[in-house]
Amino acid sequence: MLPVTASLSLYKRNYYTLQEDHWHAMICIVIITLLCVTCIYQRSKGLEKVETMFMTTTLHSGDEILALQKVSVRFGQRTVLSEIDLSIRGGEFIGLIGPNGAGKSTLLKILLGLLSPSAGSVRVLGSAVRRGSAVIGYVPQKIHLDPGTPLTGRDLVGLGLDGHRFGFALGGRHRRERIDEALRSVDAIALAQSPVGRLSGGEQQRLLIAQALLTDPKILLLDEPLSNLDIKSAREVVRLVARISRERGVTVMLVAHDMNPLLDVMDRIVYLAHGHAAIGSVAAVVQSDVLSGLYGYPVEVLRTKNRILVVGGQDTELEDWNLAGEEHCDGGVTVS
Amino acid sequence: MTGFWRAIFAAGFFSNPEVQNALWLGGVIAVVSGAIGVFTVLRGQSFAGHAMSDMGAAGAAGALLAGGTAIAGFLSFSVVAGASVDLLGVRPRDRDVATGLVLTAVLGLGSLFLFFDTRIVGAPEIILFGSLFTSDPGLTPWLSALGAAVLLALAIVFRPLVFISLSPDTALARGVPVRAVGFAFMLLLALAVGESSLVVGSLLSTSLLIGPASAALRVTARLRHAIPIAAVLGLLATWLGILLAYDSFYWPPYGRGWPVSFFITGLVLAIHLLSRLWPPAARYGSTTAQRTARIGG
Repeated sequence: MLPVTASLSLYKRNYYTLQEDHWHAMICIVIITLLCVTCIYQRSKGLEKVETMFMTTTLHSGDEILALQKVSVRFGQRTVLSEIDLSIRGGEFIGLIGPNGAGKSTLLKILLGLLSPSAGSVRVLGSAVRRGSAVIGYVPQKIHLDPGTPLTGRDLVGLGLDGHRFGFALGGRHRRERIDEALRSVDAIALAQSPVGRLSGGEQQRLLIAQALLTDPKILLLDEPLSNLDIKSAREVVRLVARISRERGVTVMLVAHDMNPLLDVMDRIVYLAHGHAAIGSVAAVVQSDVLSGLYGYPVEVLRTKNRILVVGGQDTELEDWNLAGEEHCDGGVTVS
Repeated sequence: MTGFWRAIFAAGFFSNPEVQNALWLGGVIAVVSGAIGVFTVLRGQSFAGHAMSDMGAAGAAGALLAGGTAIAGFLSFSVVAGASVDLLGVRPRDRDVATGLVLTAVLGLGSLFLFFDTRIVGAPEIILFGSLFTSDPGLTPWLSALGAAVLLALAIVFRPLVFISLSPDTALARGVPVRAVGFAFMLLLALAVGESSLVVGSLLSTSLLIGPASAALRVTARLRHAIPIAAVLGLLATWLGILLAYDSFYWPPYGRGWPVSFFITGLVLAIHLLSRLWPPAARYGSTTAQRTARIGG
């Protein structure tokens, strides 16, 4: 007596027998073929990328690395960026400063090739921008890593090396060494085995910078890396980025809405407001008349011993750096 | 000793072809669901997965009405559902709303199919609660091949999938086709769900999908370990469930085996509850101890 007799009676009634199951075979074959094709295609693409990655660009510091000419971005009626001209040299540390909604993230998207400008030309290392280029390392804004994220520090950093590649992971010593080297360059080798979700904001930020460094980029774009950090961690991140920029000759563009933590490391400042930009030394750009020109209404620049405050002339659009600046009242910064 | 084993493995357990088929098919589906489930939990798409299985049920009802097989309906409707859910919503909120609306509309269609289908007694029960013992053995090779294809595809998209699940912005900047990879995962999820609906029924397939996966993610902090652990836990629940269902023939009321879905889903819940007892520190192994030591020292 079989225990399945009852259910077998259904089976015998033939509802589940298959007469023509060619389509099952079709599905399997189509899926497998598609996968093979994608796999092979991505492999060839992947190899090409590795070559670019290790290609030694003869680049002297001081050469123009980023060039924007009359770049404008419009979304419908709204102009986000209007006729931006920028020329940035190799190895420079640029602070991209401006109030919320000034177009800072939009500018980064253009440099990353995620957004085409409505007008103007963008050249990175003399050629047109390409999405996924290994020349640019990118740390996005406010990445949220859940405490339960099942990845270690090494896993997270490793995504920067081959996270975009399809196919089976070919591990090996070489990969491991490169990841370790990136971890060491951000002083995070001790975090290699730690689950990333359990790390502090500053530690996560360091790992993300290591991730961005893995392709050995010439340009490092950091979108608001200081926004969720306390003063001490923020200062550490700034010092770390400045050191990386110096040691590797990497051009850094660091986005922040408060310029004070960057005052002693920035080579030049790009100040964005209302879609207009000014570039130059802090002393030259952060002036009442220059900023008033950008904002289109009078703003006041106040210099105290170790920080700069920009105070809006109109209450409705008041820059509250006088409030934000309060947190960064940590001395050691001199303004020429 | 022999008596002990005979009490557990009731007479004919291993020699019964239906049971053999159920063990094999259940095993394949448990492994596939476990692996896909880890990403489903990670990406917060449990609801989408459940919705697909419900829509698969409507498809199965339609397929039976049209004189086809349930599995055809399960797979085709799950895939179509997965594709439409993915295409309708990008942001989590849109996705939930889109999923809910498509889901209910398709379920309405399913009720209509079942209303017209008067030839098959017990069709709703099979569709909703599963029919592992009655699955056609002729289908098993195809279902196994499909399962293997899903696992292969998952292995191929593994790294980009981790990347887009963790930080879509960076992945996009690095040139990962984020939408395409997300869509591919949705299709893999649909296929896994369609298959498991056949085993434990569409209402309960979510159990095999997210139960072992969530337990695995509680037990380990490594994604590469979570996938095999989820597969093994799913396998354990399925095989133990089949064994209990077989034995239950001799339980009251005598002569009627209890539904296998009951045992599998119950065991999955038990596994999940046990995993919640797992101490968080154990999950991170010696790492936490090392870090504490480093900070302390």
